[in-house]
Amino acid sequence: MDFKDSTPEAAFRAKCRAWLEANAERKQRVDELYGRGLGQAEMVEASRAWQACKAHAGFGAITWDKALGGLGGTPMQEMIYREEEGQFLVPRNAFAVSLGMVIPALAAHGSDAQRARFVEPALYGRELWCQLLSEPDAGSDLGMVRTRAERCTDGRDGWLLKGQKVWTTYAQFADFGMVLARTDPDKPKFDGLTCFYVDMHAAGVEVRPIRQASGEAEFNEVFLNEVFVPDTQRIGEVCAGWKVTMTALMSERLSIGGVIPPGLWQRGLALMREAPGFDGAPAIEDGRMRERLAELYMNTQGLWLMQARALTALGRGEAPGPELSVAKIVGARTLQDFAYLAFDLKGQQSMVTSELLGDSWSNVEDLWFGAAGMRIAGGTDEIVKNSVGERVLGLPGEPRTDKGIPFRELS
Amino acid sequence: MNFDFSDEQKQLREALRRFMSKEVTRSLVRMAIDDAGAGQAAWRALGEMGASTMMLPENCGGHGLGALELCLLAEEAGRVLAPLPWLATLGLSAQALLISADEAAQQLWLPRIAAGEASTFAAPLDGQTGELPCFDGQRLTGCSSLVLDGHTATFAVVLARDAHGGECLVVCDLDASVSRTALPVHDAVLPCSRLDFYGTAATRLSCDAGRVLLGVRERAAVFSAFEQLGAADGALAMAVAYARERRAFGRPIGAYQGIKHKLADVYTLNEMARVHCYYAAWALAADAPELGCAAAAARIAATDALSYAAQENIQTHGGMGYTWDMDCQLFYKHARASAVLLGGRHLWSEALVRSLEQTAGE
Ligand SMILES: Cc1cc2nc3c(=O)[nH]c(=O)nc-3n(C[C@H](O)[C@H](O)[C@H](O)COP(=O)(O)OP(=O)(O)OC[C@H]3O[C@@H](n4cnc5c(N)ncnc54)[C@H](O)[C@@H]3O)c2cc1C
Repeated sequence: MDFKDSTPEAAFRAKCRAWLEANAERKQRVDELYGRGLGQAEMVEASRAWQACKAHAGFGAITWDKALGGLGGTPMQEMIYREEEGQFLVPRNAFAVSLGMVIPALAAHGSDAQRARFVEPALYGRELWCQLLSEPDAGSDLGMVRTRAERCTDGRDGWLLKGQKVWTTYAQFADFGMVLARTDPDKPKFDGLTCFYVDMHAAGVEVRPIRQASGEAEFNEVFLNEVFVPDTQRIGEVCAGWKVTMTALMSERLSIGGVIPPGLWQRGLALMREAPGFDGAPAIEDGRMRERLAELYMNTQGLWLMQARALTALGRGEAPGPELSVAKIVGARTLQDFAYLAFDLKGQQSMVTSELLGDSWSNVEDLWFGAAGMRIAGGTDEIVKNSVGERVLGLPGEPRTDKGIPFRELS
Repeated sequence: MNFDFSDEQKQLREALRRFMSKEVTRSLVRMAIDDAGAGQAAWRALGEMGASTMMLPENCGGHGLGALELCLLAEEAGRVLAPLPWLATLGLSAQALLISADEAAQQLWLPRIAAGEASTFAAPLDGQTGELPCFDGQRLTGCSSLVLDGHTATFAVVLARDAHGGECLVVCDLDASVSRTALPVHDAVLPCSRLDFYGTAATRLSCDAGRVLLGVRERAAVFSAFEQLGAADGALAMAVAYARERRAFGRPIGAYQGIKHKLADVYTLNEMARVHCYYAAWALAADAPELGCAAAAARIAATDALSYAAQENIQTHGGMGYTWDMDCQLFYKHARASAVLLGGRHLWSEALVRSLEQTAGE
């Protein structure tokens, strides 16, 4: 066991660092943010440009096969790149869904023509994707998707999409979306679903931003009003939509890292040294704070180590252990606790927003809200725990009333 | 033993609850996000119910409503996240005047509170030291950087530095010589302003400023704890209602233990907070030596309860909980603001343990 970079890893790290030095600005502080004051649309534009820049240098999709335009690198290399990038000022990444979920699923299940058409523009930041899965009545229970895809009866070889999606991140900026739709309501719920892609500017696609708790609008409602999609826009077989969707969701889980921003316990320590504690001493001298710092370290370091185990397994061509599925829960909770700690340390002043308190505070605000969203997005804490109980520990499943029953008979 | 509110007090609570659920509701705090004056009509109406006289002596406009009644007002205000200046006025500035025991000042200022005016207390409330305005014996110059309800108050008790560099408390009308800047805050329930004084006429309270500040913080901890308790109950009620209705996998989500146990945990924290709050209310009303312990314990328990209730209310609502339009976010923001207004949790657990040591030592 050791944590030193191997010779090739060190060489790769040096290469990443040199390229980043030449193409981005190094952060002055760990909590410095790129593009303060930029609107969301501008931030997405900046992310497109940065993605293009990375792709040209070969860092656009490190773990993808060379055949897809990736570097053919290892997950370890991906992590090395991210560690290095974390020290530079770069735009907030708008391509996590596109490159981490949608395109891998399209590459695995789509046609040659689809691969040829879509992989490269996404990789180079020219086309942004969103994922149209959740609906008002199908979130945790995603198998209940009601959006219909009906065969055209007017002689066109294609489908009409009708329904409503919700919580779609970046739909307002996306060029394309991958849609999960019901093609056969007579089959059990998971068996009658099919995946398609839609042009987000096609007739009948209507995007309405939803204002989030924080006041920003990153996610959207998307109405599909009789949107025509030719059969060539189907991804995978008819009624194989669940499989395609699982590939997308699993790719997300495998795209390791990025949960915890760099230097979190160091930031906690710095805050404790700055903040007053009791009787004129700094907060760090208070045992309660020392306890909280210990916890912060244990959680952030624990997550990093868990990731290191997974990378080791992947590096040997083995599957990472199931423990990785709890990383999102621990990660979100750690970030939420960190935000609460920062508020406590700042005292009354933290009633005021970052508009007055500045950049490093806006970072705390992002974590405060972001953590609450992270506990829900991509599988809620409760759903993850159910899955740990059932799939990892082998406990009996919850009573299920929907097995083998045609979708149209379910409530 | 009788550890409960009296029948009259319970009736008052019912009346306050009805008022809050009809005249205030959580739509008021949404209005207050853009309009700092949104609560004024409701505040007047509440005054007409006698709320503005709570804890005031009869010769200053009081009607015999005391600390317990004010605690009930706080709880009911919290339940609907009422953006009303009751805490700044009754829970802070009136308490400063009361604890100061400066009768002349009380006669002058408290009747204005009884008549329905809003006032505030301009001092760092979180146990930390901040910038203070200077008082030259007659006039106030300088700035109070963070003042609760500074925008609607007509007068203020201000912690200032006197000509000898010591701390003193003064009272002043917030007249044209004061410039008020509303600060950008997350939580519209607790709006804050910066006050800049340009030679504002003020009179000194004859009292020990440090002792009064401590006393005000201690009492405010009790009122604020009741407010947090009410809010925690409000958040739990929202989550329970949603868990009954929202279906996933063919059943209401409340049928799943992941949700059921979570909400039972919220309930448990709320009930623990409730008994600590009640105990603190008793200690305050009885002027008991236990107040130090009881106020701190109420404060800690209620802060924890609201923090958890607010965060799990979002969680129970799933994606809906993360939207601006659902009220979950209002609780989430209020949970943090109310957790830091009087200083973070660690300050209060330190205060609690110091009181325990003192108690044990006697
Ligand atoms: C920030 C953010 C971004 C998102 N981005 C996207 C996106 O780009 N595309 C997309 O398609 N979706 C997206 N989502 C949607 C997300 O996937 C869903 O919100 C999530 O799956 C939960 O579904 P729901 O909101 O319908 O909640 P529900 O499923 O209604 O859940 C409500 C509550 O019930 C609990 N619950 C449900 N079933 C059980 C059970 N069996 N046992 C115990 N508890 C249970 C849940 O854990 C939750 O606490 C996003 C969500 C967020 C918050």
